[in-house]
Amino acid sequence: MSLRSALLFAASLLCAGAGAGEIPPSERRSGYDLMSRETRAIQDDDATNPGMLWVLDGEALWNRKAGAADRACTACHGDARTSMKGVAARYPGFDAALGRPVNLEQRVNFCRAERQKAPPLAFESRELLALTAYVARQSRGLPIRIAIDARSRPFLDAGREAFHRRQGQLNLACSQCHDDNWGRRLAGSVIPQAHPTGYPLYRLEWQGLGSLERRLRNCLIGIRAEPYAYGAPEFVDLELYLMWRANGMKIETPAVRP
Amino acid sequence: MARAVVTAPTRARRGEIVAVKTLAQHPMETGFRRTQTGELIPRDIIRRFTCTYNGTEVYRVDLHPAMSANPLIAFSTVATETGTLAFQWVGDNGYSVTETASISVE
Repeated sequence: MSLRSALLFAASLLCAGAGAGEIPPSERRSGYDLMSRETRAIQDDDATNPGMLWVLDGEALWNRKAGAADRACTACHGDARTSMKGVAARYPGFDAALGRPVNLEQRVNFCRAERQKAPPLAFESRELLALTAYVARQSRGLPIRIAIDARSRPFLDAGREAFHRRQGQLNLACSQCHDDNWGRRLAGSVIPQAHPTGYPLYRLEWQGLGSLERRLRNCLIGIRAEPYAYGAPEFVDLELYLMWRANGMKIETPAVRP
Repeated sequence: MARAVVTAPTRARRGEIVAVKTLAQHPMETGFRRTQTGELIPRDIIRRFTCTYNGTEVYRVDLHPAMSANPLIAFSTVATETGTLAFQWVGDNGYSVTETASISVE
């Protein structure tokens, strides 16, 4: 997108005046519903969904022994198809020891450090994406269930505040696109409602699988804000808010997006 | 990790047209892109995909730069006899992956 079109878009947002506000539950739509028929077909069939390549890699990693403890994920968790069912629908989850929510990627790495005595996997590495895709795949079709209690409420509020805060050189808030102008177009692309139902997902633009944080970094760079580092608490708070905002929507992992 | 996934029917009637879908894990680096410091990233693509049915070639594709990563190749063939569909992907840097699927024809 050129600077000029970005500025025009920003100006049109200002003209739109007071936004539509938060999306009522009956009007919530997954990015899936806004995609072309062809892209939906790629996602719908496991035989054509390239995200399944990562899921299969994740299954192999799940069963492979790792670290100084020489244990595989199966040693504690057993068959992921039962033990990991619904887990991704509850993440980011609150970690009592850390006193804050952690996302699925961080949970995998904590598990590696504590139980397997293995070095952490780098964010967006093939292995970490494969493991999180495999774990999240077990929740496909299940509704997102983020439960908020007194401990996690401050983090949810921080995420909500970040979603509504104008930032970057374009001085845009997430909500200005994703709450107020979803369904309209930004350049050639339809603006989705930003429900993270299918992460980690295969983006045709990336030609690969990526995490929600990679997507958030894209958005922040798009509004010319400085993106947070992977695993930053600000990101996890925002992820928590986005998942809470999508409560009840079904997990699609591994989703495909344009 | 070099993985390929093949989806084909395991049973078919004689003379039936069967759909075959294949998905190969590959970056398909075009050879035209540069790094941030301006160095050319060497080409790394799948060059050829072949499918043989009981030893007879039934489908072949030559692949070129600018094809997507993790190429999905879907085609159809006629179920003539019980046997094996053998798939092979061959590419740059010694890339070679084979996969088979059995089909029983009644």
